[in-house]
Amino acid sequence: MESSISIRDLSLSFGAVKVLRNLNIEIGQGEFLVLLGSSGCGKSTLLNCIAGLLDVTDGQIFIQGKNVTWAEPSDRGIGMVFQSYALYPQMTVEGNLSFGLKNAGMAKDEIKKRVARAAEILQIEPLLKRKPAALSGGQRQRVAIGRALVRDVDVFLFDEPLSNLDAKLRADLRVEIKRLHQRLKNTMIYVTHDQVEALTLADRIAIMKGGNIQQLASPNEIYNKPANKYVADFIGSPSMNFLEGVIDISGAPQFNSDVMSFDISGYEFVDGPTGGPAWFGIRPEHIVTGELLANAPVQFDAEVELVEPMGSDTLVWAKVEGVPMHFRMDGQAEVRSGDQMRIGFDPARANIFNKETELRI
Amino acid sequence: MADTAVHPAASSEPRGPKPRKKLSRNNIIIYGTLLVVAFYYLLPLYVMVVTSLKGMPEIRLGNIFSPPVEITFEPWVKAWSQACTGLNCDGLSRGFWNSIRITVPSVIVSIVIASVNGYALANWKFKGADAFFTILIFGAFIPYQVMLYPIVIMLREIGLYGTLWGLVIVHTIFGMPILTLLFRNYFTSLPEELFKAARVDGAGFWRIYFQIMLPMSLPIFVVAMILQVTGIWNDFLFGVVYTKPDLYPMTVQLNNIVNSVQGVKEYNVNMAATLLTGLVPLVIYFVSGKLFVRGIAAGAVKG
Ligand SMILES: Nc1ncnc2c1ncn2[C@@H]1O[C@H](COP(=O)(O)OP(=O)(O)OP(=O)(O)O)[C@@H](O)[C@H]1O
Ligand SMILES: [Mg+2]
Repeated sequence: MESSISIRDLSLSFGAVKVLRNLNIEIGQGEFLVLLGSSGCGKSTLLNCIAGLLDVTDGQIFIQGKNVTWAEPSDRGIGMVFQSYALYPQMTVEGNLSFGLKNAGMAKDEIKKRVARAAEILQIEPLLKRKPAALSGGQRQRVAIGRALVRDVDVFLFDEPLSNLDAKLRADLRVEIKRLHQRLKNTMIYVTHDQVEALTLADRIAIMKGGNIQQLASPNEIYNKPANKYVADFIGSPSMNFLEGVIDISGAPQFNSDVMSFDISGYEFVDGPTGGPAWFGIRPEHIVTGELLANAPVQFDAEVELVEPMGSDTLVWAKVEGVPMHFRMDGQAEVRSGDQMRIGFDPARANIFNKETELRI
Repeated sequence: MADTAVHPAASSEPRGPKPRKKLSRNNIIIYGTLLVVAFYYLLPLYVMVVTSLKGMPEIRLGNIFSPPVEITFEPWVKAWSQACTGLNCDGLSRGFWNSIRITVPSVIVSIVIASVNGYALANWKFKGADAFFTILIFGAFIPYQVMLYPIVIMLREIGLYGTLWGLVIVHTIFGMPILTLLFRNYFTSLPEELFKAARVDGAGFWRIYFQIMLPMSLPIFVVAMILQVTGIWNDFLFGVVYTKPDLYPMTVQLNNIVNSVQGVKEYNVNMAATLLTGLVPLVIYFVSGKLFVRGIAAGAVKG
């Protein structure tokens, strides 16, 4: 299948500052791609390049097979939703929705039909005559989505559309966006730095850092098989435990650090067993206690330092042989700081990264 | 009553708005200072108004602070329609209409050009925009006197020397740096995403200017208008240099009336003429003062 958006060797600099470096991304028809990364890594910049709001320094952008590198934003077949909603304050909701269509010289009754359809999909019909100032945050964001919707475009670009909303509304609108995507089947590119949004919405996630893409893969793969230590650390909350040490493959593969040493034969190496200095990473939710220890080949005694009850589960900060580790327990677990307990994990669920390159091995 | 029984001291404990002492020391100092300053500024105005309403015999008595015994509007009529300004003796009225004919087009043309300039500089980062802006701002620091004569030559070359339109062009040019700066800063303070959204919606340069930017910019237009009206109305130098006597603006005519050397000094007429000349900026301030403050504040808060 032909890809919906194709970004080839894209670079962008502001003067001497290189913000995007040689990006290559292929996005399939109807795919939901999430751009995830810490602040300032160039997500908005990339989105603005795709939208045509920034001139690229080098490279090409194709949308639906057409080279749009030099095309005007309105000629690219995209709709964009901004973090600050960017509704035209002096126009009514209806005026906001129809502005783009009027600019395109569309017939009046066709405009009416499209506005009515978008309003129906987003359930903002009662608001059509109001000005944006008289809307709540969630309603504003819906109108902003509607403005992209009426234009009947192939590609939707979202720049952190939910980050100005409170947690409850964010969760609601997240589901709505997912539903919208299932109904419309457009290609969507969605920028966020909320990992929950990324993991729940995306067909694929692109993790960005410093203008590079660190990993572009399905949420499942990003979570379970992060390509490097940055991705492993970035995804998951609380973040992964890391142990510093050396992999020894003279016999059965072993991980040795200054204070501990254990067998990692269950671990699937990328290119067969590889030795040398390494980071050993294990997610807090993959460390088990109690009865589940039966399935944990590697076990330690831990001393609990701090307990954070979070309702559905409990986060425990502990020390193993003087090395800090944190892990999740059931919300009903009775633990107190100072307790001694036995913890363990299965090396098959671990992630090991080369010490130098920080790449997965 | 049960409540008072439970909280017997409730009425004496702090509750609700904090009471403020009306005559605290701070208030006395603040209002005292304000009164003194207001008095200081209003006194000359009072003297002018009072004098302009007296007849000459009464003025000769020398009590400049005393109110007029017999109120007469004669000096005002004379200042408006009979006072001699050098060549002709038809009062300030001619200068008033000249000033109107100079100020209105100058204000409109300069604001139109400067607002489009500012908008282009703020939102459409065209090649050389920064250089253009720097040069423009630099222009604001060149003393007028340096440019007086070169502009005389330029206006003569294009055949506009000594005409109203020549003066309009001069006012437009000299208003450009500060007005462009004003508009550029205001448009920069508007959210950039609004501009981007409009571009995605297919609006071009002018459509964004008229349909998105203009409706959001009323306060800054009022600020610009006040700056320009008062600046141009009060201008003396350009008016005297670039026009001919029968096109002199009101300020120049006022000067000619007040400084005329023949005959007796008619203080009452001079005062009336001065008040008449200052009336237009004064009215503008009163009418749009509120919007002016709001516009300045909006610019200040958002940088
Ligand atoms: N006009 C500009 N001139 C110079 N540098 C810029 C400009 N716009 C953005 N940058 C820089 O480019 C980098 C990427 O910015 P961008 O807005 O794409 O970040 P982002 O990933 O969207 O961050 P956030 O999550 O905070 O929105 C930042 O370091 C920023 O400082
Ligand atoms: Mg951003």
